[in-house]
Amino acid sequence: MSEQAHSKSHSPLPYLLTLIALLILTGVTVGASYVDFGSSTVNVIVAMLIATLKASLVALIFMHLRHDKPLNSIIFVSSLIFLGILLGFCMIDVQSRERVYPTGLRQVDPPAGAAKIVPAPAPPAPAHH
Amino acid sequence: MSSHSPEVAEHRYRQHHFVTAGQQLDTSKTGMWLFLATEILMFGGLFVGYGLMQGVYPEAWVAGHHHLDRVLGAVNTVFLLCSSFSMVMAVHYASTDQKSKTVLNLGITLAFAFAFLVIKYIEYSHKFHEGLLPGRYFRLAEVGGPPQQAMFFGFYFMMTGIHGFHVLIGIILIAWLMVRANRGDFSSAYFTPVDLIGLYWHLVDLIWIYLFPLLYLIS
Repeated sequence: MSEQAHSKSHSPLPYLLTLIALLILTGVTVGASYVDFGSSTVNVIVAMLIATLKASLVALIFMHLRHDKPLNSIIFVSSLIFLGILLGFCMIDVQSRERVYPTGLRQVDPPAGAAKIVPAPAPPAPAHH
Repeated sequence: MSSHSPEVAEHRYRQHHFVTAGQQLDTSKTGMWLFLATEILMFGGLFVGYGLMQGVYPEAWVAGHHHLDRVLGAVNTVFLLCSSFSMVMAVHYASTDQKSKTVLNLGITLAFAFAFLVIKYIEYSHKFHEGLLPGRYFRLAEVGGPPQQAMFFGFYFMMTGIHGFHVLIGIILIAWLMVRANRGDFSSAYFTPVDLIGLYWHLVDLIWIYLFPLLYLIS
């Protein structure tokens, strides 16, 4: 009964404020998508920062992580850390593999007008004896 | 239901291997969070693939995203955010013994979830019609532009499809909660199903919060 008591006491007002903040941030992210920040990478970073802010509001307030046992936050954050590991190592792979083992990933039907991609040098032929 | 004293209600729902009802609720929640972590990792694989291929074929990604309607995407975002709010209100009312308000808020959540799927249906049928289909079903001759858009739409349909499937599951679960709430199953002593399905529903919202800018707003 003790752990459930907290949900009885607090008012639903923070939920309403959270919803308003989320709707405003949705407007901001749509608006920001029309603005050219110079490079598409910056646009993606801005959009992801706003999305992360929204996701944090949902997790902390709607999903009650703010009042919950820290164990649940640890589970949530650790899933994000492992996702980061997956992303990081896959990025290293995609960016460095071409030099080691050409995959021709970019050479499949290059669209007309796209920048010419210089094919990676072929791997050294295995020595024959 | 209101005739039960908290002690009787606690005795009725608490399983013998838990010391208190509070401990039982906390354990259920932690189990749900473990499940949600696996959900994040499942969607995460798609997000990672999407991000990497965007880096390899940026021009195809930009061309593909021009076929998506960001107004419909934004409307769907608003629907899901509002449904998350009504869901958290349903949890609040269930935990404070307000039965009719619990049922009402679950109903609002259900209505927003249906509205989300209706918009998704409009978007999908529009894309089927235009030949914006995944992989080898992509009709390049009609659409034009970079051929790797076929891969973009593969990601689009896989990510929004699995997400839409989660919305569908959520609709079934919330309808079940409505029946149980209406029957008077939930009270401040026991509202675990409302709390856990609420967590699930917020995660579905959370994933859409990332899907929307990534799919609809890249430029």
